[in-house]
Amino acid sequence: MAIARFWRENESRYNMQGKKCGVCQKVYFPARDMCPKCRRDSMGMMKKIQLTGKGEVISYSIIHDGLPEFHMQIPYTIAIIELEEGVRITGQIVDCKPDCVDIGSKVESVFRKLGEEGKSGVIHYGYKFKLI
Amino acid sequence: MRDVAIIGIGETKFGELWEKSLRDLGIEAGFKAMEDAGLSGKELDAMFVGNMSAGQLIDQEHIAPLIADYSGMAEKNLPAIRVEAASASGGLALSQGYMAVASGVHDIVVVGGAEKMTDVGDETAGEILAKTADQEWEAVFGATLGSLYAMMARRHMKDYGTTKEQLAAVAVKNHLNGSMNPNAQFRRAIKPEMAINSAMVADPLGTFDCAPLSDGAAAVILAPLDKAKKYTDTPIKILSCGQAGDYMALHDRESLTRMDATIVAAKKAFKYAGLKPKDIQLAEVHDNFTITEIMAIEDLGFFKKGQGGKATEDGLTALNSKISVNTSGGLKAKGNPVGAVGVGQAVEAVIQLRGEAGERQVDKAENALLHNIGGTGSTAIVHILGRVR
Ligand SMILES: [Zn+2]
Repeated sequence: MAIARFWRENESRYNMQGKKCGVCQKVYFPARDMCPKCRRDSMGMMKKIQLTGKGEVISYSIIHDGLPEFHMQIPYTIAIIELEEGVRITGQIVDCKPDCVDIGSKVESVFRKLGEEGKSGVIHYGYKFKLI
Repeated sequence: MRDVAIIGIGETKFGELWEKSLRDLGIEAGFKAMEDAGLSGKELDAMFVGNMSAGQLIDQEHIAPLIADYSGMAEKNLPAIRVEAASASGGLALSQGYMAVASGVHDIVVVGGAEKMTDVGDETAGEILAKTADQEWEAVFGATLGSLYAMMARRHMKDYGTTKEQLAAVAVKNHLNGSMNPNAQFRRAIKPEMAINSAMVADPLGTFDCAPLSDGAAAVILAPLDKAKKYTDTPIKILSCGQAGDYMALHDRESLTRMDATIVAAKKAFKYAGLKPKDIQLAEVHDNFTITEIMAIEDLGFFKKGQGGKATEDGLTALNSKISVNTSGGLKAKGNPVGAVGVGQAVEAVIQLRGEAGERQVDKAENALLHNIGGTGSTAIVHILGRVR
């Protein structure tokens, strides 16, 4: 992915910062300027919220045939996690054997290398998750 | 709004067609459809082409005028429109063509769908398909399209007791149907054990849970129903079309085990057609993965939520059972040239409704439903076609 494109989202990817709708209190990640439930009523009412990074696994898959960029990691585990704030997020689960993960497993976020830019070698960082 | 009919169909074989370019495929399908409708070419008012990713797959953008040009339409200055909605590009091209004729803007329209996927390696194709999900918040973390569908499957198994055997039953049925379709990529039946024990791609989905990468094209010719008899004795009416959207990323949706876009699109299509699920004899549903077909037959209203796997295992979706699902072989066995899929579904429905499907013919086929999904379900398009009585 182009470097600038990655850099633009760094605030969210590094800090897990989302937005909370001031009308219905629903939390969104990544940040949105409009709540899909309240739409226009939420304009200007979306407040920054720092996510804890703690949550539980809603579903997961162990990937055996992955994207070229992730070949070195095969097999790796991707999951949808529901954070304590109620928002769901996709990320890898690391630091354990793939078959240790289950629906309902408790996890917390860790700051890790996500990948690197093919030609330039620039390393991208962001969140992954580990079991707690 | 005018009534609209399909007056001609054409399709290439689906598969790894190394000797054919996207241009060749588009032209072949278009010519066959024109021939089927008995058109000379001068009758055409516009062309709609569904295509997901020619820019990345064959390094060529602007493919609608390219295909129109090589179909002999340059001197006619035919307007040609490319339509993109990931794997629902074909269905979207059909709906746009339908609306153009229904509205009275155009009379005779050719709707095509084409994709050339095997010029790039499997890995590159997989990377491109992953981009039909949210690149910045799913794929960037290593999520493949297969792994996103695998997470739907895992949750469906947990919530409803769906089994690997039931997923395999989808593949077994579609391969059996594909064995009777001369245009299908895979023309041999498979045993359940083959599917159940196939190598893992994205656990719990194995090789036989995934549709292949394919080249291919399909085309249909649309006309106002009141002019259709001029061209064919068996016009097939487009009874309705429903389209719906949803959150782009799977994780933002309320449920992993249903597709709200499918539910809403189907409700619209049934309402406009004045029909209910029990009025449909055959359905071509999106089965890019086996779990997708199981969720689709539930979301479309043919079976209760959670019962799709069992219904398939019990043979209720087999040819000439409760409802014949994916008589063409589906994406799984007929093949998955992404942008062509939705139009290919229409071709199968017309063959069936005309009664020309040979050994895979559905008895008393009056109405057919087509279901095409983009990405992981952020687009769904449902068409209902019917015999003209
Ligand atoms: Zn709100």
